[in-house]
Formats: sequence, structure tokens, C-alpha cells
Amino acid sequence: MKIFGIKIPMMASLIFWAILWEIVGQLELSILLPPFSHIIIRLVEIVPTKMFMDAFLVTAQCFLAGIAIAITLGIPIGVLMGRSIVIDRMLLPWVNMFLSAPLTALVPVLMTLFGFGMKTIILTTVLFAIWIIVLDARAGVKNITPSLIDMAKSFQASYWQAFTKVYVWAALPEILAGMRLGCIRAVKGVIIGQLLVSVVGFGRLFELYSSNFLMEHMWALLFVLFFFAFILAEGLGLLERKFEYYAAERH
Amino acid sequence: MKSFFTHPLTLRVISVVIVFSFWEYLGRIPISPAFPTFLETMAALWEMITDGSMAAVYPATFQPLLIGLFISSFFGIACGIFMGLNHRAEWFGAPVFIVLQSAPLAALIPLLTFAYGIGLTSKVLTVCIMSMPVIVLNAYSAVRHTPVTMIEMGASYLGSRWQIVMKIVIPAASPVIYAGLRLGAAMGFIGAILAELLITPTGIGDLITYNQSIAEYAKMYAAIFSIMVFAVIFIEILERTEYIFFRPDKRVSQ
Amino acid sequence: MSTTAEAVSTATSPIAVEVEQVSKIYPGGVEALHDMTIQFPKGQLTSLLGPSGCGKTTLLKIIAGLLPLTTGRVTVNGVEVTGPGEERAFVFQDFALMPWASVLRNAAFGLELRGVPKSERNAIAEKYIEAVGLKGYENLYPHELSGGMRQRVGLARALAVDADVLLMDEPFSAVDEQTRRKFQEDLLDVIKEEGKTFIFVTHSIEEAVYVSHSIALLLPRPSRVSEIIRPDIDRSISPDAIRRDPVYLDIVERIWQGLRSYVE
Repeated sequence: MKIFGIKIPMMASLIFWAILWEIVGQLELSILLPPFSHIIIRLVEIVPTKMFMDAFLVTAQCFLAGIAIAITLGIPIGVLMGRSIVIDRMLLPWVNMFLSAPLTALVPVLMTLFGFGMKTIILTTVLFAIWIIVLDARAGVKNITPSLIDMAKSFQASYWQAFTKVYVWAALPEILAGMRLGCIRAVKGVIIGQLLVSVVGFGRLFELYSSNFLMEHMWALLFVLFFFAFILAEGLGLLERKFEYYAAERH
Repeated sequence: MKSFFTHPLTLRVISVVIVFSFWEYLGRIPISPAFPTFLETMAALWEMITDGSMAAVYPATFQPLLIGLFISSFFGIACGIFMGLNHRAEWFGAPVFIVLQSAPLAALIPLLTFAYGIGLTSKVLTVCIMSMPVIVLNAYSAVRHTPVTMIEMGASYLGSRWQIVMKIVIPAASPVIYAGLRLGAAMGFIGAILAELLITPTGIGDLITYNQSIAEYAKMYAAIFSIMVFAVIFIEILERTEYIFFRPDKRVSQ
Repeated sequence: MSTTAEAVSTATSPIAVEVEQVSKIYPGGVEALHDMTIQFPKGQLTSLLGPSGCGKTTLLKIIAGLLPLTTGRVTVNGVEVTGPGEERAFVFQDFALMPWASVLRNAAFGLELRGVPKSERNAIAEKYIEAVGLKGYENLYPHELSGGMRQRVGLARALAVDADVLLMDEPFSAVDEQTRRKFQEDLLDVIKEEGKTFIFVTHSIEEAVYVSHSIALLLPRPSRVSEIIRPDIDRSISPDAIRRDPVYLDIVERIWQGLRSYVE
């Protein structure tokens, strides 16, 4: 949008929404919406506390472990599916099913099998993230120009060489897109896991704040989460755009 | 003979047999007392279907789910299309939905429960916040990225703004809008079950938690199995409706 | 500017489209056209030929009313262009067919936008679908057609609205070579039968010489009309004979000599 001929970046409209929030909060229309400024003050107050930092570390650990597992398993599976039609036909129905299945229903199963701890949360994260990573890696490999595959074959690349030197790189734009979407889903998974387990990490804080009606604390916590999720998604989006020339060259 | 073994359907059946046999095997070791075999789960599923306990809980799950999905699709698509067509609306709205799409909105559930209690409203709103952002953003970016020559074509044949939007922009955007609806429906199911597990146990969530608490694991697994199958079928049907209403060309190629 | 005078003097028919001192500066300061003047005679096909960057597509889109011009004016049948109009129809490089609509609906789409009743517009579209050689394909969808057939649908759509001037933006560039030749031959028939004015953008010298009554050679930096060439080819002989005709080959060679210094 332009004001007086100066182009204003789109994200600047968030400032407008923050101001609107402040006004609504000051009017005390709803106990649900404390003024924006109060939330920021509370945020500065609680973030350095040990309880918050501990919860944050637990969440970060679960997230990183989950996404690491999802990527190390997901990309090879996706590449294999893209290269082998038999494997593809055997696995694709399952991948598609889990992509649209209500994964929250599986969390109780994980809880009965793995207890109310980090293991369950990590597995929930993996379960949320992995399917899109597999699917995008598969799509990437399927989109490789056939002549590039023939090139690898004609220079007698071994299967391992072809895999590590050609397929993964040629499919990079899609793999990166899958990793970005996987990370966004992993953030949702790690939070849903903690909400349901509710005795570790932010799950415990949610429980504590909501049972004591601490709205400002609650929002401060949500802001921190939203902020990190946004930075993560945008950062990975930036990385993805760096490799866009790849895809452009292919078409 | 070779073509029979590599036929998609054959491979799909083989793959399903392998997975369910593996499940059966794990259940028989057993890897955990809380892990029933596949056959036990299917027996429990049959029992729950025939004694009516399944039919009794599904309406309770579907009520917030369908209301929520209806609200998010209707307002989400309208909002997305408007943002795609109007630069001012885009400037104000798009960043909010971009933030919301990457945000773990499930974290809002405790707030919703606090504000609206443990009834239907909270559950409907849970479904809405989970499914709306992706529906809005897909509709928005689909409309925003209508091929330029298609719009030029409409303009050069003297289409009015309204005609171009209705006859060109929206049909061209419909595949991406539908992709958004599909993702939104999947998130809606996630939200509906989450609400039942988190706010108050009702519907299928009640069946899961109740059977878990009395250690009837086969029944618990059967309930989970049924909702997963249901969600997949629901989304499959949703996909079909696109071909029927918007894209006759895709129906031909199928 | 002597070349423009030549165009006027050699033109035997009245002028359909007149471009007078048109300049186009894109937002950001790139000058795509500089003070361009050119006339297009009625009932003839004039090609805009030139290397990439010479502004030929920009000029065509300005005539179509799809792009605003910066200075100068364009008139069609004596009326100044301010936007798209009923007397002009556009054929797109990438066809711009609607993938969700059948061949019939695509061909009738220009009439649909004008509010012509369904049975009437379908009858007109069917006539032109037949004229471009697609009879029997009415109920197929674009993805079931080859590139050449898709562009025939685009041409049928343009003919169906019965405009005086047809603007064609590299219509055959996305069509394979064999199909393109057949299409060029068919286009000559259409020109003869319809008696419309065609403005044709191309970067293929052979194509321009083969289909055009006159060729406007455009050169870049600054964008200008360097020459108007009227290939004096006897079109009564067979298409294959034309392609071997020394006159045809000489003109192709002459244009290539003029353009080669602009090709890296």
C-alpha cells in the first residue's frame, strides 16, 4: 500500500493491529483481551524467569529432536519413493492418509506407550512434520529433468553417487519447501503434544496460567510462541527463495 | 505376470496386508500391555459398531466440526478472495493471516475455554482457528496469482470487472482454493479431536479417553482407527466435489 | 522517417490502424518505445518483426488497449484508442484458454462476455471452430489438444467476435515447427476469406516473409521502425513453391543481413 506516494511494507500493518488491540484492551471490553502494552510488560517480566527458560528449553529440545528425526527419515524415504515406482505405490497411500488424518487422536496412544514425558512430545512432533517432508522430497525427485538422470547413468554413477550427488541436489527446491512446511507443522505438533501431556514445558505453564486466570501471562507466552514460529517460517522461506533459481532453470 | 505384481491396486493391497500383519505381530509379542493386536482392534471395532456405541458418539464430534468448517470455509474463502482483489484489504489482512498460519494456534484453546466455557462454542471456535488461516491464505494467493494473460484476455474481450472475477479469476483459483479447503478440513479434524481431548471429553474423544482410563485398549484403538478412516474419507469426498462443481476438465481426464 | 512515408505511398488500401509518435516508458524508467509512428493498411497482414527488446509486443498491447501509452496516440478506424474495444481482438502467445472450459465455450467466450445469448453465440463459435479446422473437437478441453490446436481455438475466439482488426502476439511461438507451417498456410486462407486487418508480432523472419503483405522491421535501443518491406511474392503458387521461390529467399536473406548486427 502507498501513503503519500511512499510504499509501506505489508508487515507494517501489524503495527496498526497492535494499536487497535491496545485501544480495545484499554476499553476493557473483554477480560480475554488485556491491553497490548500490559502484555509486553508482562512478557519482559516473565521471559527471564527460570521457570520460563526451563519450559522454553524443553520445548526447543523436543522441537529440534522431532524435526531432526523427521528430516533424516523423511528425505530418504521421499527420494526412494520418487525413484522406485513399487515403493511409491506401496507407501503413497499411507503418506496421504497421515497427511489428512487427525493426528491428535494418536497422541493418547503415544501417551499409553511412551508415558507422559518428552518422548511422547518428540514423537508427536515427528508425526506432524514427517509426511509433508516425504511428499515434497518425492515430488522434487519426480520433477528432476529426465536428461539429468540419464546424464548420471551415462557417466556410470553408482546408485549411492547418483543419490547423493544428483537426486538430492536436483530436488533441493522441493526438499527445502518440504522442510519449511514440516517445521511449521512441527511447531504445531510440539505445542499440541505439550498441551495434551500438560506436565512438561510450556504445557505446564499453560495449565498454570489458565487455572489461575492469568490472561496477561497467557498472552505473553503466546506472543513468544507466535514470534518464534513466524521467524522460523520466514527464515526458512528466505532460504528457499535463495534456491529458487534452481527451479527456474528447470522449466 | 510382472504387470500384475506392479499394478497399483495389487501393491496397495500388499502394502496394507504388510502393515496390518506387522501390527498384529507387534501386538502378539506384545511390545506393551497397552498395545492390542490388529485383530483384537477390529473385533472391538465391530463390537462398537454393532452395539451402537459408535453411532452414539459421532454426532457429538461432527456437530462442532461441521459448524466450524462451514464458518471457516465461508468466511475464509470470502476473506481470501477479497484480499486477493483489493490491495488495501491485502495490506491490512494478509500479514495477520501469514502470522496466524505459522503460529501454533492450538495454544489459544485454554484462552477459549476460559472465555466461552466448556460447551459447543469453544469447540466450534477451536475448529475455526485451526482451519481458517490456511483456507484464507490459499484463497488469497490463488486469486492474487491469476495468470496475467488470462486477465488480459478478459479485458481485451471487454469483460467487466465483475465478469472477469466471476468467469476467470475464481475458476482459475479454484484448484488452490480447494487445496486450502482440504488442508483446512484436515486441520479442522485435528482441532475437533484436540478440543474433545482437552476441553471436555465428548464424542469420539470421550470414547478414546474413557476406554483408555478403564484399560480397554482394543476399544480405544478401534475408536482412533474409526476417526482416522472417517477423516480420510471425508476429505476424499471434499476433493471430488471440486471436479463436479468447478473443473469439468479434470473429470474428463480421470 | 522516410520509411514511414514509403509505407503511406505504397499502401494501396485505406489505413485501419494509425500509430502516431507513441512513446512508452514503464514505471521504473525503462523506455520500451520511443516516438514511434507507423500505419497499418486495411484488409492486410502487417508483421512487426525484430529482435527481442525492440518493443514489438509492447506496441501490440498498446494498440490492443491493454497497456496505457505515455505520449502520442493510436487510432483505429479514426477513433482514438483508450482501452480494449469491440473492433479489435487479441490472439495470445500462450493461447490464454480457460482450462476449465470446453473448446466451444472458449471459442464463444468473447461473445459470452458481450452478453450474446447462449444458442446464438454457440452457433457463431461452431462456425469459426469449423473454419479453423477443429470441427468435431467442440466438447474437448484444452489439455486434450496439441499446442497448435489450442492456438486454433484462440484464433476462432478472436474471429468469432467479428472484430475488424486482429492482433496476434507471436501466435505460433509455442507451436512445434511442422504444425506451425500448416497453421501459417491456413492463416493465409483465413486472411483471404475474412478480409480483416491483421497485425502480427513475430521474431521468425521466414514466418514474417511467408504470411505478410508488409513487414515493419523494428530495431531496439532506441526502439524504432527501421524499414517497411513489402514482400512481392506470387501467392497463387503452392505453399511449397513459395518457400523455394528466389524472391522469398532473397527477402529472407536481406532482412537477416539487416538484423544480424543486433544479435549477439
